[in-house]
Amino acid sequence: MRPTRLALVAVAAVSLLAAGCGGKSGGSHHGGTDAAGFTPPKIAALSSLGQGEGQVNLVSWAGYVEDGSNNKALDWVHPFEQQTGCKVNNKVAGTSDEMLSLMKTGQYDAVSASGDASLRLIASGTVAPVNTSLVPNYADIFPDLKNKPWNSVDGKMYGIPHGRGANTLMYRTDKVNPAPDSWSVVFDPNSPYKGHITAYDSPIYIADAALYLSATQPALGIKDPYALDQKQFDAAVNLLKEQKKIVGEYWSDATKTQQSFKSGDTLLGTTWQVIANGLMGEKAPVQTVLPKEGATGWSDTWMVAAKAQHPNCAYKWFDWVVSPKVNAQIAESWGEAPANSKACALTADKKFCDTYHAADAPYWTKVHYWNTPIAQCLDGRKDVTCVDYSKWTQAWTQIKG
Amino acid sequence: MSTIATPGGPVRRLAGLLYRRPYLRLAGLLSAPLLWLVVAYLGALAALFAAAFWTTDVFTGEVVRQFNLGNFQELWSQGVYRTITLRSVGVAVAVTVVDGVIAFPMAFYMAKIASPRAQRWLVIAVLTPLWASYLVKAYAWRVMFSGTGVLNWVLDPFGIHGPGYGLPATVVTLAYLWLPYMILPLYAGLERLPNSLLDASGDLGARTFRTVIWPVAFPAVIAGSIFTFSLSLGDYITVKIVGGKSQLIGNVVYDNVGAANNLPFAAAVATIPVAVMVIYLVAVRRTGALDNL
Repeated sequence: MRPTRLALVAVAAVSLLAAGCGGKSGGSHHGGTDAAGFTPPKIAALSSLGQGEGQVNLVSWAGYVEDGSNNKALDWVHPFEQQTGCKVNNKVAGTSDEMLSLMKTGQYDAVSASGDASLRLIASGTVAPVNTSLVPNYADIFPDLKNKPWNSVDGKMYGIPHGRGANTLMYRTDKVNPAPDSWSVVFDPNSPYKGHITAYDSPIYIADAALYLSATQPALGIKDPYALDQKQFDAAVNLLKEQKKIVGEYWSDATKTQQSFKSGDTLLGTTWQVIANGLMGEKAPVQTVLPKEGATGWSDTWMVAAKAQHPNCAYKWFDWVVSPKVNAQIAESWGEAPANSKACALTADKKFCDTYHAADAPYWTKVHYWNTPIAQCLDGRKDVTCVDYSKWTQAWTQIKG
Repeated sequence: MSTIATPGGPVRRLAGLLYRRPYLRLAGLLSAPLLWLVVAYLGALAALFAAAFWTTDVFTGEVVRQFNLGNFQELWSQGVYRTITLRSVGVAVAVTVVDGVIAFPMAFYMAKIASPRAQRWLVIAVLTPLWASYLVKAYAWRVMFSGTGVLNWVLDPFGIHGPGYGLPATVVTLAYLWLPYMILPLYAGLERLPNSLLDASGDLGARTFRTVIWPVAFPAVIAGSIFTFSLSLGDYITVKIVGGKSQLIGNVVYDNVGAANNLPFAAAVATIPVAVMVIYLVAVRRTGALDNL
């Protein structure tokens, strides 16, 4: 008898606690709607640049902040530290969602956010607008990266564009024959590579399935893989549930997928160029291709935390990573197109910017940059509501089963 | 030094006070552990449960502190969470059984057959894997389970192919990781069994294992199983490394905290293993095994 009563009391106490702490809803509810579908909290940008604070805490994608520890030739952190006196503490994140939750801890000053995180960071007031006049190298950034829906609100920039690229299809040249030119090899239930296929372990991967469906099932009418109504969304989720049967493992950790490709446990699947470059460095027989359906991709932006403890060092870092020389170095080692137009003249491979279509604006219209799906359809449709990102994350758990 | 020796010094007076007032003595002794238990342990659990009734704003990811049962409804109505729970419990049971089967003969040999000198070495040998990092051991198994790994190299001559990454690999790896936690309680339990009982039972023709060894070892088996079961139930790293495309409860919690930024839902999911463990402990208590530990 006693334990039961005790349990009842405990349950009552807990529900009281939950209700008692209620009322104060967590901050910024987006009241008005504008072009972006929300109004960000008013946060002032830094007005003038002061003395560096001695250190800066960054959240970044793997390969963006290299200090020579992975590859001696790749080091743009130490020169920065020597020049500015700002010591760099870096935390690598595997997915945009991870970046979002890391930034929300308030312990970091800046983040290299992709489009599927940037709007959420802006809307929640986690990041502040950037005073671009304090970043001299901003002037040389390609115009088609400035004032975009994923990095600005109402013409106010919330970050410094850093680079962009596509999520390509990587395959083992010795095992995958013929060389694929379509995403069908990773979605076809009868794929001969069953059990050796990999897929990106994040809800945003649903957009890859949607993109494939937009080409293979035009009747669904998918125009933007991040603006899916319920019917389109269900089709994409079903495709991924079918795909799970032929997937060997999901990846979000760049080193893990690199090892899988090297050992041959994984033969093909979606990847980042930096992983392919790492494998080619290890002499693994891999190749990447941009399939004919197009690809999802990213356009990354360095953003500064609203409550940054080291904003001056963060601004110095921004200017450093988009300076022509460093931007060229990062872009080339990573395998993405640089954001700074002057970087193209400074790459070791003189054809690099052509290969990665750095200045080729029409090419980039085929790459669908990661974006945050919201209820208000991003492709401009007014007659339906779209499936928002929280549903995407729940669906991702369902897909993995 | 001198303060202690001087009669009537502060230390002396304090000692006198504590002697006269046993309550003070008890409070001083227990306040630190109790504070730890209530604030750090039960407090954290209470906060977890409270958070499970909140929600997050879909777009901004801010926590909305309003009581609602949505998270639990979601857990109940979506079949996928039941599947994941059953899978996790299944893995935990499998790990416990594998560990029990391997650990019993091992512990019996250590406690009853090996010489005292060998006993010491065997205990050290059982403990050595605990010196290496969990991650190193899990990654070692990842390399072994690889298609080109040691396991397939050994099995190939027999025409068998290893299981590759998946649940079997997860069970094997977890069973390896938690084996010492099963062997040590079993060893301690069997050591208490007098040799004379074994001899008498042998002489008198009793069913030695069922009537003599098992009743003594049972509480120890239960103690070990609590370790292996609970450790396996909460694990999410091993399955990430060798589990291929499988996910367990721990992964759902992790994905909701680290990836989806939905702390309230993660808290709701985290109540499942707590509930499972409570049920397990209550069931164990019924057997009376806890009284004999």
